[in-house]
Amino acid sequence: MSNSIIQVQNVSKSYWRDSLEVPVLNDISIDVHEGEFLGLMGPSGSGKTTLLNLIAGIDRPSRGNVIVGGIDITKLNESNLAKWRSRHIGFVFQFYNLLPVLTAFENVELPLLLTSLSKAERKKHVELSLDVVGLGDRIHHYPKQLSGGQEQRVAIARAIVTDPTLLVADEPTGDLDKRSAEEIMILLERLNTEFKKTIVMVTHDPRAAEKAKVVHHLDKGELS
Amino acid sequence: MKIPLKYTIRNFKSRKLTTIITVAGIAMVVFVFAAVLMMAYGIQKTMIATGCTDNVLIARKSAYGEVSSIVVRDDYNTILTLPHIAKAEDGKPLVSGETVIVIGLERRSGGLSNVTARGVARTVFTLRPQVKIVEGRAFQQGAREVIAGASIRKNFIGAELGNTVSFGGDTWTIVGYFEAGGSGFDSEFWVDNDQLQDAFNRQGGFSTVTFKLDDPNSFSAFKAAFENEPRLQQFEPKIEQKFFQEQSESLSTFINILGIFITVIFSFGATIGAMITMYAAVANRIVEVGTLRALGFKRRSVLSAFLMESIAISLFGGLIGLLLASLLQFFSLSMLNFSSFAELQFSFALSPSIVLSSLFFSLFMGIAGGFLPAVRAARLKIVDALRAG
Ligand SMILES: Nc1ncnc2c1ncn2[C@@H]1O[C@H](COP(=O)(O)OP(=O)(O)O)[C@@H](O)[C@H]1O
Ligand SMILES: [Mg+2]
Repeated sequence: MSNSIIQVQNVSKSYWRDSLEVPVLNDISIDVHEGEFLGLMGPSGSGKTTLLNLIAGIDRPSRGNVIVGGIDITKLNESNLAKWRSRHIGFVFQFYNLLPVLTAFENVELPLLLTSLSKAERKKHVELSLDVVGLGDRIHHYPKQLSGGQEQRVAIARAIVTDPTLLVADEPTGDLDKRSAEEIMILLERLNTEFKKTIVMVTHDPRAAEKAKVVHHLDKGELS
Repeated sequence: MKIPLKYTIRNFKSRKLTTIITVAGIAMVVFVFAAVLMMAYGIQKTMIATGCTDNVLIARKSAYGEVSSIVVRDDYNTILTLPHIAKAEDGKPLVSGETVIVIGLERRSGGLSNVTARGVARTVFTLRPQVKIVEGRAFQQGAREVIAGASIRKNFIGAELGNTVSFGGDTWTIVGYFEAGGSGFDSEFWVDNDQLQDAFNRQGGFSTVTFKLDDPNSFSAFKAAFENEPRLQQFEPKIEQKFFQEQSESLSTFINILGIFITVIFSFGATIGAMITMYAAVANRIVEVGTLRALGFKRRSVLSAFLMESIAISLFGGLIGLLLASLLQFFSLSMLNFSSFAELQFSFALSPSIVLSSLFFSLFMGIAGGFLPAVRAARLKIVDALRAG
């Protein structure tokens, strides 16, 4: 029956501060199905980002396994994990995290530099992605020449340009005004329905969470 | 996979002031470094130009330079009996027994300075064809007359045609100027050797004996004959060019060592400057590093991106320093040569190996300054870097 694309199995995570163990996630298990749009909600400090980072393979659990697309990513070494991320994960951050010295085009092209695509093919993919997010006319702008909403769309174009298995978004509307936030959510929803992207999104904006098909709540490191 | 180079280049363009300061620091150090090497090389080049490859100079083995060498008349006559000495058209050997003394003279820029006065035979212009009278005439035999080299004319008071200079208890009239192709002879007075020996009461002997080989390849044959002559055991024949090159060695080595010592100290400053710049660059871009790593770029891509940035800055600085230093070629200097105890005029000279060393030196400063900051960037944990925002 498992059409689960993500299986988080009994995952615990704690950080060490000085010599003190700080538990952040406590025995979490989640299944995410292919094509799902999952919302993760919860108060600040409840471990949402930490859980998302474990799923995205930029952090490792203290205990438990994370299986994405049939691969237990907790077993991959650092180099293979990096390669895996570049192929399977698209990142959307709260503060967009665009490189300020690169244009919209160049920012979106970055993940493609890790593939074997030719320059011409990269150009095609980048332009396509920027068209999807509605910024086809801003490709040579630098991030500081764009509004927050536009920057987030460039970031989303960067996240989808490699056609990843999974999009992870950490508070994607957290730094935007109401209207831009609305537009970004419509865009994410469209990526889910129209392009069949599996999305895991952390948010504490209830209006954003509305767009998600499934919402989990996290509190003090436990699902509720 | 590599982080694109334009990322590197635009980043240091985006912080102009710190980049310019770092570049300037490295440019200065490389300028001094190159200038010192050019100075030492200029001295060597001048001294190499002084000697001919088909002339042989004979000096006393224990002598420290020409001034302290003595070849007495008997030994001179013995030397003339050896084979492979070229003959002039009149059948006389092409040889110049020379007396070298050092005299004090007043510089145009102030202060007294040592100058070599060389007593030469009349054959000297055939022996050393690179030396040419360019104004006036040669000294006459039997007269207290001198001719002055190009640098003497330029640097010393009263070195005009018709003027007199005093040495050896007598006054000597300057009757001509000669040029010797930028060689060490340009810093000398030449006089008739008999006159010089007379003035200094040194009729007993010469300082050195120089002659032309009958064939440029016959030096080893001559040397074998020379070494078989029991009366000449305390002397050593050398190719003239090699002899003068060796005369420049102690001075150029001294300059090289002193100069490299100074630039190494300076380079600590410039390297630390580059390091501070790069640490600041890393600190400002921690979130960018986290983002690149999340996207799948490896630690070593991050390392090389920051290292490249530091290297680009330092190579750029090095090129500027080198470019400025290369302008020094239009300047000349004079300095006391330890080996002759006399002033030597020379120009800064650039060589491909100086260019290479300077660029390697700046590359080294770039790597040394950029390495630790780049390692710091590469060692960041992705989640920590992303949270740094
Ligand atoms: N890299 C880290 N080092 C130390 N503590 C961390 C680290 N990341 C998160 N934490 C701690 O873990 C807890 C959960 O953080 P986080 O997952 O960011 O929560 P949320 O995203 O829900 O606000 C917080 O108390 C935070 O201080
Ligand atoms: Mg968070």
